Amino acid sequence: MDLNYSPQYEEFRLEVREFLAENWARPAGLDRDARAAVEKAFRNKAIQAGYLYRNVPREYGGSGQEPDVLRAQIIREEFRQARAPVELHQNGVQLLVPTLLEHGQPWQKEAFIPKTIAGEYFWAQGYSEPGSGSDLASVRTRGEIVGDEWVINGQKIWSTGAQYCQYMFALIRTEPDKPKHEGISYLLIDLRQPGISVRPLKQITGRAEFCEVFFNDARTPSNWIVGQRGEGWKVSRSTLKFERSYIGGAERSTELFARLMELCRSARIDGEPALRNPAVRQRVAEISGALAAQRYSSYRQISMAANSEDAGIVNLMFKVFSTDIGQDIAKLARDLIQESFLLAPPDESNWRHAGFERWNNQFMGSLGLAIAGGTSNIQRNIIAERGLGLGREKKAGGEKA
Amino acid sequence: MNFLLSLEQKMLQDAVERAARDVCPLQELHRHVDHADLTLRKRAWETLAAMEVAGLCVDEAHGGSGYDLVDAALVTEVLGYNAVPSAFLGHTLAVLAIQASQDEGLKQTWLPGLAKGELVGTVALREPDKGWYPDDWSMRPEAGRLSGAKSFVLDAGEADCIIVGLADGQLGLVEGRTGGVQCTPLDGVDRTRALFDVVFAGAQVHPLPAAKDAGTRLADAASVLIAADAFGGGRRAVDMAVEYANQREQFGVKIGQFQALKHQLANMATRMEMSRGLYWYAAYAFDHRPLERGHAASLAKAHVTEQFLQVARDAVEAHGGIGFTWDYHIHVWLKRAMFDWAWNGDPKFHRERYARLSDWQ
Repeated sequence: MDLNYSPQYEEFRLEVREFLAENWARPAGLDRDARAAVEKAFRNKAIQAGYLYRNVPREYGGSGQEPDVLRAQIIREEFRQARAPVELHQNGVQLLVPTLLEHGQPWQKEAFIPKTIAGEYFWAQGYSEPGSGSDLASVRTRGEIVGDEWVINGQKIWSTGAQYCQYMFALIRTEPDKPKHEGISYLLIDLRQPGISVRPLKQITGRAEFCEVFFNDARTPSNWIVGQRGEGWKVSRSTLKFERSYIGGAERSTELFARLMELCRSARIDGEPALRNPAVRQRVAEISGALAAQRYSSYRQISMAANSEDAGIVNLMFKVFSTDIGQDIAKLARDLIQESFLLAPPDESNWRHAGFERWNNQFMGSLGLAIAGGTSNIQRNIIAERGLGLGREKKAGGEKA
Repeated sequence: MNFLLSLEQKMLQDAVERAARDVCPLQELHRHVDHADLTLRKRAWETLAAMEVAGLCVDEAHGGSGYDLVDAALVTEVLGYNAVPSAFLGHTLAVLAIQASQDEGLKQTWLPGLAKGELVGTVALREPDKGWYPDDWSMRPEAGRLSGAKSFVLDAGEADCIIVGLADGQLGLVEGRTGGVQCTPLDGVDRTRALFDVVFAGAQVHPLPAAKDAGTRLADAASVLIAADAFGGGRRAVDMAVEYANQREQFGVKIGQFQALKHQLANMATRMEMSRGLYWYAAYAFDHRPLERGHAASLAKAHVTEQFLQVARDAVEAHGGIGFTWDYHIHVWLKRAMFDWAWNGDPKFHRERYARLSDWQ
């Protein structure tokens, strides 16, 4: 047990710091486009230096570094510290690129990965359907080969940011006669065509981060398939696995906790900062305990990965655990903001001028994490079945889910 | 950056696990709990002594193995998993206190015997109706003699030396089982630990000259070891509940197939598994990061013991009727969880301490 980094890694940390000091200053007073340009130029330098998109080969626009979880961790820590731009938060980058690297054909990698990483191609995820949530393998959106094209009919839902995306990666039923897991293909689709309409879905917070996507004889070339016909379920597993560990990371909880501490210092109870109130201190310390548990578990997880050991059951637990932390934070914030709880959360345009009602966005948004990327309840089934070895319940129709 | 156990540490845990299973199977544990039969306690201590675990934290110059607190915590986890009744906790804390003192004569007198397990040590921290940490210690020796009372002292009746928390966070050593030390056994809820009220009436006391925060350091060590015990005990409670769910049948199927129970078991497993790093870190900070020692110890003590208590309750519930009987063994761990929760400060105390140490204004 040694939480210090060896000299070789400390040297690497210094190198990263030096790079950041030379190449990154937070742009002040720039408009959105100018800021985006500055960030893009910085990302390119960071890729050249080998700090971003480390697992993506150079020929596809990444920095093609040997896997090294400790270096990756140091980069995360230092970039975060400097508040420098990291890899794009976009489904295409986080979910499609790893999938293409694992299952894509060379031309697909060439055509899609570099532009996705560069932020030129935005991708929507086409997984869930109105009738297929937790039982995702039951998707019914149909794809049929007509000539050298897939013709697609049906509907997807919960596609993040689809209104801003050019493309979608989707699970489409192409082999209707096969058992449900074997009848799905992983298709790439251009969203800008007459057969597709995208409708933003207003969520309980009032924002529209997700969309419904309707397919009415939409078309995509027959070779825009990742993996073979009927292998889509298998292909998508690498994506979903990635999504779950991404949502379960400790960074998000840590940032949220920092905001909670700000609230505890600014909100008042009996004219004093709430943080001086004994009951509030208890609850904040309780959340600190859970957060520290998550952080040190992730240290262990990272150490095991660095040693090529499988951390096992704990990998399955991060999402449920961090979702619960988010909900505990939401409840404490609710108690501190008092009557602001009566106000609608602000939208992005008046966010800066809003008061404590900003927390209503988190209060409701924290529910989304218990649902997105596999519900917490489904995750508990997975922990129980794969982690604890409990038997599967017979599903309706005798099918084992 | 390597937050993993070394091969040596894994071997230590394996060895203690094997010994614990051997010496403390369930029927022996029952005999101990049901009849206040001390045979198991005695055999367990002999076994640990023979494995040189009694002297784990005694330095090599004084006949021990010279290990760190983290190693003692790893042993405590295994003893907690198996609910082994033994003097290990109080003994190890006494060893740590003497080891940290600057009185070479005292070390020479006590450490070799403690290392072999021929002598048994313990610590007396809490005074009646007061808290566990040094701010609440008020006893002052007068002319080398000590008078006053300490409560909920582990194993005082058999201890050869008792490390006593004194005013100003100092520590003193009192020889046990001598005139001036009266030990009254308590009817503790957890029969795997022997608790005593101790009254010192002019007992001879040797001051333990040490760093200014020796008392706080000792109390923190106790918190870390209790957190480790709670992790082990909680892990066992989960294992027992899972095992039962895989055996018991109702409605023609194993009850573990029912989603309601699955979710309860998944939550229990998650609570415990995510606690592992917290107690590891508290032990690591004790050994290597003195500035974080108190924060980490209190956070771990509060969090892990609370998880253990909840998981133990859930485990009783998951067992249904049989779990509510004295004859079944799950209640042994529920009661250990109750002990771990309350002994050396409850979660409320430790959370407020964490808030204070973190300078929350």
